[in-house]
Amino acid sequence: MINTAQTRHVPDRLNSRAARLFKSWEALLLAVAIAIFVINSFASPYFLSAWNLSDATFNFTEKAMIAFAMALLIISGEIDLSVASIIALSSTAIGLALQFGAGTPELVIIGLTVGLLCGAFNGFFVTVLGLPSIVVTIGTMSLFRGISFIILGDDAFRGYPPSFSWFGQGYIYWVFTVEMLLFVIIAVIYGVLLHKTNFGRAVYAIGNNPTGALFSGIRVARVKFVLFLLTGLMSGVAAICLTSRLGSTRPSIATGMELEVVTMVVLGGVNILGGSGTIPGVVIAAFVMGLVTFGLGLLNVPGIVMSIFIGLLLIGVIALPRLWAMAATRRKA
Amino acid sequence: MTTRTLPHVSPDVTPVVSMDMITKTFPVVKALDEVRLDLYPGQVTALVGENGAGKSTTVKILTGIYIPDGGTIRIDGDPISFNRPNDAANAGITAIHQETVLFDELSVAENIYIGHAPRTRFGLIDKAEMHRAAVKLLGEIGAPFSSHTQLRDLGIANKHLVAIARALSVDARVVIMDEPTAALSHKEIEELYELVEALKSQGKAILFISHKFDEIFRIADRYTVFRDGAFVGDGKIADISEAELVTMMVGRSVDQIYPERAHDIGEEVLKVVGYDHPTEFADISFDLKRGEILGFYGLVGAGRSEFMQALFGITKPSKGVCRVNGDIKVIRSPADAVGNGIVYVPEDRGKQGAIIGLPIFQNITLPSLGKTSRKGFLKLAEEFKLAREYSQRLDLRAAALDQDVGNLSGGNQQKVVIAKWLATQPQVIILDEPTKGIDIGSKAAVHEFMAELAAQGLSVIMVSSEIPEVIGMSDRVIVMRDGRIAAELVGHDLTPETLVRHAAGITKSTKGAAA
Repeated sequence: MINTAQTRHVPDRLNSRAARLFKSWEALLLAVAIAIFVINSFASPYFLSAWNLSDATFNFTEKAMIAFAMALLIISGEIDLSVASIIALSSTAIGLALQFGAGTPELVIIGLTVGLLCGAFNGFFVTVLGLPSIVVTIGTMSLFRGISFIILGDDAFRGYPPSFSWFGQGYIYWVFTVEMLLFVIIAVIYGVLLHKTNFGRAVYAIGNNPTGALFSGIRVARVKFVLFLLTGLMSGVAAICLTSRLGSTRPSIATGMELEVVTMVVLGGVNILGGSGTIPGVVIAAFVMGLVTFGLGLLNVPGIVMSIFIGLLLIGVIALPRLWAMAATRRKA
Repeated sequence: MTTRTLPHVSPDVTPVVSMDMITKTFPVVKALDEVRLDLYPGQVTALVGENGAGKSTTVKILTGIYIPDGGTIRIDGDPISFNRPNDAANAGITAIHQETVLFDELSVAENIYIGHAPRTRFGLIDKAEMHRAAVKLLGEIGAPFSSHTQLRDLGIANKHLVAIARALSVDARVVIMDEPTAALSHKEIEELYELVEALKSQGKAILFISHKFDEIFRIADRYTVFRDGAFVGDGKIADISEAELVTMMVGRSVDQIYPERAHDIGEEVLKVVGYDHPTEFADISFDLKRGEILGFYGLVGAGRSEFMQALFGITKPSKGVCRVNGDIKVIRSPADAVGNGIVYVPEDRGKQGAIIGLPIFQNITLPSLGKTSRKGFLKLAEEFKLAREYSQRLDLRAAALDQDVGNLSGGNQQKVVIAKWLATQPQVIILDEPTKGIDIGSKAAVHEFMAELAAQGLSVIMVSSEIPEVIGMSDRVIVMRDGRIAAELVGHDLTPETLVRHAAGITKSTKGAAA
């Protein structure tokens, strides 16, 4: 077994990096994104305009911020369906603080804190009490938004200070928005966290085999709790951006956004059952969804038809590799 | 159809099933290369081979799960092809798998007849008829429970009986038993042998897959040997010796003697005092010295694994103190245990050991990431270095280190798990049934390796249910019974008889008192 004469040499890698990249989901998705871009630019003369494209990014930047954290959570085998309700509660808290005369720094801190607390609340039930996250977060989805409704009823908070509006309406340079900058920064942070750190490795290990990860000395509960915190925090960031962009808070803010976030994550190649997926995939998926909604918007397609289109796109892109494989085996047989 | 002459085989009976020139290739490996296998009515054929010899693939082909790339399967001499698992079932071939899939929430009768339950005129399940038939089947195999029992309420041995009843319910002519005794206690194994005899007398052909040679020589009539996916030979068990069979299997003669150990046992490393658990174990105290191999023997359910998992921080003992090198250590999680140099190689490799879906090198470095990384950031080059070192040390057989650990055979997955822990440079390694379900060649290698680890100063706790292994490897043995330490045996007291007596709770050395 040890030091035998014919000690086998096991190579590090079987396929080159380029070969793996070419065959990856991200490559397929990128091709789809480019195709949609080209189709859009032919379909509407208004598409290829820097300012229009800049406006289009608002379709996905806020969702994508949450999607990055959600991707890690889904890879670990959990899910958080309460993110849109966290936005509502966080936004309501910001609005409430405004009524008591809080300035922009306080508003930001309150928005982030409420997000973190909501994440901690979800994380507690999942990791300490061991309840399934899908049930817990369906519960908190109603709970968080319900609190918003109690506070606001039919009212809305308005009158946010101009310095607060900077987050959702400001520009860094030319057509590049503050939200775009945040999107890039957050994408890089999560990309590094998932792909380049011990923490990210633990996320993959847990998603593939939570028992095995525990038996390998990984603090599974702690990692999952942190992931819920991060998802809550990102919902807080999204709440600040969205509130700032809309300039008002209603309890119905961001309704249904959780499904769009999950769609973006799954479209990005994250396995809904956990264990695999990448941040670059989610970045491309964000662009795909943004381009589709924007392109259809330019063609005056109503919102409900857009959601049909997004649904078809999701199922189509996911079914494509499977159909491909089935066709290949049939040809062989 | 009887005109076909079969070399090596005396054609006293026509085989029910005959596999000829069967080949199956997977993307990375050729699992089977023109193998043959004949099964005869009323006879038990043992399929013998090391891990990765192609036994499981053969079973999957016979049961229609895999479609072979080449070769012929004949039933009663007629060529047949299985395209779906149902085809094999219709041909009268049924398998009792290593881990049979049963349904906890259903009754025994429903488990037996799921998929082919008797129907009423209206197409609904005829419950009365189903239970009547189930009772008859359960009676035939001597099952001591009702057909209405919920499966969840049965123990592992009785669940096995349900699996057997289910296999028989399809009116099988060929029964495949894939390591049927792996999870059974001594008494239950005896009962299984009786059942096999009963099936034989009903004229069924039985394919028996086992790593235990005493078992093979006890109940098999014929043998077929595969090695590395190729056919090596077959014949009657009566015509071959154990040593010859081992040589055929591994292609070399294996020294079945346990490794000589130079006993350089050092000072105390681990001391456990008064570990209690509300239900699983009580009052466990012992110590472990540097370079020592401490065996834990006991019947299935004696609480050995449960205690080990408490020591490793998976479950929480209600009280008890653990000292490492004299200092009291609080171990609340596996991470704490690993931090204190205690590691655990679990029995359930698939679920608790390897992380399927992650590449081999990531499995190996998972608990050592603190060492291979800088400030929490991964260093892939360092990881590959560590993985390379330990995969070489364990003679891992794999296509590449970035391959999914799920592509490896069971024995190689076990090597990855052991490599993972050795890479953390532990003080105490707990091996829970380290050679269960692995072939005799790999077994000897594991034993040798264990002895070498002890010689290097590692303290080993070995949980084992195999008496020769316990006696051959251990410096000292603790016998557990009903969650308590029944005896600590060393030197001349360490005999098969004393082990069994203490494990079963027989105070006097009376024979055959197992009840």
